[in-house]
Amino acid sequence: MQLRLLKDKILAKLMLVLTLASVSVILVIGIGLYYKSVPILHRLSWGELITSSVWKPLKGLFGFYPFIMGTLWVTGIAIIIALPLSLLTALYITEYASVNIKRLLAPFVNLLSGIPPVIFGVWGVLFIIPLIQNHIAPHFVEFSTGYSVLAGGIVLAVMIFPLIVSIISEVLRTIPQELKDASLSLGATQWETIKKVVLRKALPGIVAATVLAVSRAFGETIAVLMVCGNNAAVPHSVFDPGYPLPALIANNYGEMLSIPLYDSALMFAALLLFIIILLFNIISRVILTRLERKLAS
Amino acid sequence: MRKRKFEELFFRMLMILATIIVTGSFFLIVGTIFYKGLPFMNLDMITKTPGGGFYIGKEGGVLNAIIGSFYVAGGATILGLLISTPVAIFINIYIDGKKFLSNTLRMVFDVLFGIPSIVYGAFGFLIMIYFGIRASLLGGVIAVTLLVIPILVRTLDEVIRTVPNELRDASLSLGATRWEMAKVVLRQIRPGIFTAVLLSFGRAIGDVASVLFTAGFSDNVPTSLHEPAATLPLAIFFQLGSPVEEVQGRGYASALILTIIVLVITVLSEILIKKFSKHKI
Repeated sequence: MQLRLLKDKILAKLMLVLTLASVSVILVIGIGLYYKSVPILHRLSWGELITSSVWKPLKGLFGFYPFIMGTLWVTGIAIIIALPLSLLTALYITEYASVNIKRLLAPFVNLLSGIPPVIFGVWGVLFIIPLIQNHIAPHFVEFSTGYSVLAGGIVLAVMIFPLIVSIISEVLRTIPQELKDASLSLGATQWETIKKVVLRKALPGIVAATVLAVSRAFGETIAVLMVCGNNAAVPHSVFDPGYPLPALIANNYGEMLSIPLYDSALMFAALLLFIIILLFNIISRVILTRLERKLAS
Repeated sequence: MRKRKFEELFFRMLMILATIIVTGSFFLIVGTIFYKGLPFMNLDMITKTPGGGFYIGKEGGVLNAIIGSFYVAGGATILGLLISTPVAIFINIYIDGKKFLSNTLRMVFDVLFGIPSIVYGAFGFLIMIYFGIRASLLGGVIAVTLLVIPILVRTLDEVIRTVPNELRDASLSLGATRWEMAKVVLRQIRPGIFTAVLLSFGRAIGDVASVLFTAGFSDNVPTSLHEPAATLPLAIFFQLGSPVEEVQGRGYASALILTIIVLVITVLSEILIKKFSKHKI
């Protein structure tokens, strides 16, 4: 009897330690990255690092502005493409589709989310790049190699489809049927019900899904690295190449130990990503948890 | 009146179109990979390691990367499972009742899940420098383990929550300790554990950014934890960057191999989830 209780107690402690250890990873990552960025933060302030656009590691000049803008362009394009499409898809699946169609469609969203980033990158190179180079860009600009923030945005948009669709579908499912019935019984069409009841009710959830998708797009590395063109200049049109932050980190890991302060600069880039994504994630999770709780009560 | 009907029809068409684009993109991607990869596919790809000068178009396959990937993803999943199972049990069984605490922990893991793999890669690299580990299989496993722990914890957590409370109460009322109750729960969720393992393995095998700094790259199959290990996604990335057309072709074939592996894993986990929810009480 004593032995059983002892075993229970010891295991409880062990599990507590494991839980604390894995939760504290979040702190350790932040501290570790900050500690490594101290050398560069010593030389240049946060403001200078973020707003300067001169990137000459050999001369000790590290301006992250072009990379931040590259990230923003790519992410912006991705959200502009992905949000309407995903929202309409989620609405179709939850509000219109019959059970059979639902059963047919749902697996594909999951399959899409299972495809590894590098495959999206290969697809981008093989399909999106030629498409932009030969069919889209010629209508707008004189010449484009296809490697552009637009290509990155399209590839990212496809990557975040499953995330947005599944979260918005979850949120839509929580909307009480009575509300919809009330609207329908007043003679509203299904679309009017969606427009005036469902969407309004689901708005916080849609915002949360968008924020989460933005943070996913922010951190995506290899796919954008393969299609964005990686030119350290601020993009001015969708056909310009860009150089998002994660691509910068991934692309330079080889040489970062041979140039002074370079490793510190790259770790600062990782820290920047970490902080932004952490904030975005916390915001969206808080919104989603609130929604869940509202439903439960 | 007619305007309202038209609006209804218009948006319904728009929704169907959007759904076709979203689900169709899956077929477009897989179709592109098959179309480009199949012509370069041969038995050598999966049975041979690269001959000398692989990068400039000499013979060989990507066996080193396939095995390396299985080592990294397998090692990380096993290690991750050893850590995540106790954590999931702890959250659900040991601190049951304190809703705020368990929900906060869940949220932390959700946030950890959202952290991009490049950050895990950079952090793994810092750990390796700190402990003096060179780019190796071990380094890769460490970084990828960090990446899959949140996935495993959250999946196991969801599965444990489907176990009916009556079952827990029954074992407790018979005088079982919490650990004995956990054993009952674990037996109940066995298919769910498989699902979690598959999900984690699928994520681990496809990820590049976390192994980029940590696992290194090698033309040989690693024989110890301290040797650098090639991984399939990284091999694809390198091959595609080659100027030689033949090597690029091999990159397409490698992409095909990875796609097939991942699709098999995803379909398996889908089937398991279906089965699991069928038996749910």
